[in-house]
Amino acid sequence: MGIYGLKDEEINHVRRLLEREPNDVEWSVISVIWSEHCSYKHSRKYLKNFLTKAKWVEQGPGENAGVIELGNGYKLVFKVESHNHPSAVEPFQGSATGVGGIVRDILALGARPIALLDSLRFGPQDNLKNRYLFNGVVSGISFYGNCIGVPVVGGEIIFEDCYSSNPLVNVMCVGIVPPGGKIYKGRAEGKGNLILLVGARTGRDGIHGASFASEKLEEDIHSQRPSVQVGDPFMGKLLIEACLEAGSLEGVIGIQDLGAAGLVSALSESASRGGSGVVVYLDKVPQREENMTSEEILISESQERMILIVEPEKIDRIKNVFKKWDLEAEVIGEVIDEEKFIAYFKGEKVVDLPIKLLTKDSLEFDPPFKIRERIPMPILSKNEEKIEGFIKKLIEDIKIKEYIYQQYDYSVQTNTVLPPGRGDSAVLRIKDTKMAIALTIDGNGRYCFLDPKMGAMNAVSEACRNILCVGGRPLAITDGLNFGDPDEPEVFYQFREVVSGINISSRVLEIPVVSGNVSFYNGQGDNRIFPTPIIGMVGILENIDYLITPDFKEEENLIYLLGDLDWLSIEGSEYIKYSYNIIAGNPPYVNLLWEKRLKSFMEDIRKEKIILSAHDISDGGLLNSLLEMSFWGEKGIDITLPEVEDYERLLFGEGSGLIIVEISEKNKEYFVKKVEEYKLKAFLLGKVVRGNFKIKPYIDYPLKKIIERGD
Amino acid sequence: MRIGIVVFPGTNCDYDTFWALKLVGLDPVFLWHKDTNLINVSAVILPGGFSYGDYLRAGAIARFSPLIDKIFDFAEKGGLVLGICNGFQILLEMGLLPGAMLPNNTNTFICKQVYLKVENNDTPFLRKYSIGEILKMPIAHKEGRYYVSDSELVKLENKKQVVLRYVGPNGEIDSKFNPNGSVNNIAGVVNEKRNVMGLMPHPERAVEKLLGSDSGIRLFLSFLN
Repeated sequence: MGIYGLKDEEINHVRRLLEREPNDVEWSVISVIWSEHCSYKHSRKYLKNFLTKAKWVEQGPGENAGVIELGNGYKLVFKVESHNHPSAVEPFQGSATGVGGIVRDILALGARPIALLDSLRFGPQDNLKNRYLFNGVVSGISFYGNCIGVPVVGGEIIFEDCYSSNPLVNVMCVGIVPPGGKIYKGRAEGKGNLILLVGARTGRDGIHGASFASEKLEEDIHSQRPSVQVGDPFMGKLLIEACLEAGSLEGVIGIQDLGAAGLVSALSESASRGGSGVVVYLDKVPQREENMTSEEILISESQERMILIVEPEKIDRIKNVFKKWDLEAEVIGEVIDEEKFIAYFKGEKVVDLPIKLLTKDSLEFDPPFKIRERIPMPILSKNEEKIEGFIKKLIEDIKIKEYIYQQYDYSVQTNTVLPPGRGDSAVLRIKDTKMAIALTIDGNGRYCFLDPKMGAMNAVSEACRNILCVGGRPLAITDGLNFGDPDEPEVFYQFREVVSGINISSRVLEIPVVSGNVSFYNGQGDNRIFPTPIIGMVGILENIDYLITPDFKEEENLIYLLGDLDWLSIEGSEYIKYSYNIIAGNPPYVNLLWEKRLKSFMEDIRKEKIILSAHDISDGGLLNSLLEMSFWGEKGIDITLPEVEDYERLLFGEGSGLIIVEISEKNKEYFVKKVEEYKLKAFLLGKVVRGNFKIKPYIDYPLKKIIERGD
Repeated sequence: MRIGIVVFPGTNCDYDTFWALKLVGLDPVFLWHKDTNLINVSAVILPGGFSYGDYLRAGAIARFSPLIDKIFDFAEKGGLVLGICNGFQILLEMGLLPGAMLPNNTNTFICKQVYLKVENNDTPFLRKYSIGEILKMPIAHKEGRYYVSDSELVKLENKKQVVLRYVGPNGEIDSKFNPNGSVNNIAGVVNEKRNVMGLMPHPERAVEKLLGSDSGIRLFLSFLN
């Protein structure tokens, strides 16, 4: 193996730093750890700018996941991670191991995983290959998540041409640490402390997976199958229980999961964080296959493995926990003071490298960028037939989402108050408290393609509104950034713009970024994916009574639009894409000062419990949001919109900062006063009724046509 | 009342069941599958999950766990044994209940709220419900299509061992309310002696209105004397 995927300048940099020629095993080690996937060499300079601190943030980026305080001693641990490349090659195992991997990140902090959310992108489903990828990914997530008993509570699925053959699979996991529970760090420290490798045996799967994820997919992707790991959720479940049990005992100093670049990354990262070094004896690693080489053992990405740093006097007790759960647990080495990564194999020293070289000294790249030309909006001819077709599609979409979420066990752990596909965010109560958490994951590649910065601002502000709409207060972000090849100047421009858009929104809205992931090199051949930042956000309902659901509640209640109909725009919308096959114009303009006032308003008024239902406006516009509220509440509406020439804009146009709310007649004055107090505006759309779904003077639909299900 | 919840490797509804039992005022304890003692529990619950990863067949390996022999004796002597979801599958594999479980006819995992009709309350587990009552509980399984041979089915129905059936919101028995293709819409059965019951839906996920239903409360309350 030796040198793999490194650039000439990187090779020379290694030789300069080391002042000698590394041996083949060392070149392998350096190659995987310096891969884009592990070293963030194209992105870390930019990610440093993020707002990462707030009163409630206990751990920002840098550990296996971010940690925030919820109150009453509870802490929430969460992170999003992508598994795009493996899923393109083998969708079932690729997505399953994506779930397994992010779950172990949460577990490494000592938290019990309580929820999963997935954000998926595929090519159009009229293509067999794309259908295979879609079905494979959904069943892979279902297979792993259901078996380990962690509910999939939310997500999004979007189809676009640009994701053909290169699906995006971003999975977010959320874990909880109860009062008095310990938060662990991935730290190897304290000379003489032992390195305990636990879980599954090490095999030859996932060799060079990290490097594979750091280059563009070849046309013949099947040759890359050996780079894909194989998941065993049963083993994953045992690992969860055993690690939590071990973590509750004395003597565990640090916990680190084995993910990309296997032992190399886990050991060097934890040594780096602990300011120590490690010496490991590779013969001691339990192996699944015969005659594995030292390189294979070091860089294998076999799943369901973790390392624990354990005090020597407590080692037997900790090992017994894993024995109880029928898992392997072997001491493979120990912590040393000298900041070096040393590995022995068959009595021979095969690796002797400075930790700093592996973790901090890799070259940073800041490639050139080039502004991408905007796509001007053409003049469209009106087409009545398409309106009808689009409405049918929107109704169909609600039902398809229901069908997909049924394949995930969303109710296990008995906390899911608002299940997936039923609201802007999932809501989970926290047992033994009055609190609940709101979780959402959201992104809009189409907007980011048209204007990467504004698109990213839309993603953050929409995630924020998603939390607000269920009665939550947004707390923190985890971001999954998906792009093409960073050495293409237009791609790097998109990356820079997206990071800047996330940054400014996060700062104005005061929602810090506490963890995240970057995936470059997406796209196959000439196919370029849209720049696709995925925003995972968590929020708190200090009291579950603040819960707002999006289903219309009662006839005669008033329906208001917070915001202005003028903000709706058909440019860049789902509607023109569907009906005219056009992706053009500008995405919705995000007025962050408005969003901030809207946030304060919703955070305040939820305590008064006068908002009876709420739903924000996103894909599909005003009409789609109203349809969903009617569908879920099984109620009709009687709404009047201004009579205008461009009514498609009113019905299907999209906009930022818009929320539909239902209030009762008696709270009308109070609501209007409150809206003015926060310098917002609201427009009375109409009311909830028993009969038809009526948007005068444009639409009159029997309610039955909307709510009937095929069963 | 001390109720034992059996934990196999891969069980994942153990904590949910524990929570539900606590909520109704019972005293739940976990029984590890490698234990050899039922520590004087008044009833045993085999909770849901993926025991041994459901490799081979749901429940097929779990039945070889050391504790299973004790549970078998306990049931033979009239002790109350309840199997939920994967626990139901294990009871079938143990032969404590008749029939077998096939993959859902949708060939997918299904998680959703379903309606159930109480067909017979002449079993300790359902004594707090009335015949014909409609319950709402979630299902969450991939292998939940209950199957028995035609002749066994006749026997089962005649002896009123079918206790719960999938129905519509108003009690309609129709194939369109059968989520997984179970014969005769069967969701739960008891043994002839009525002290062993298995059901695919999750009563432990239906003990609080906040989560969508509290239909399952009385099932657990039935353990109280």
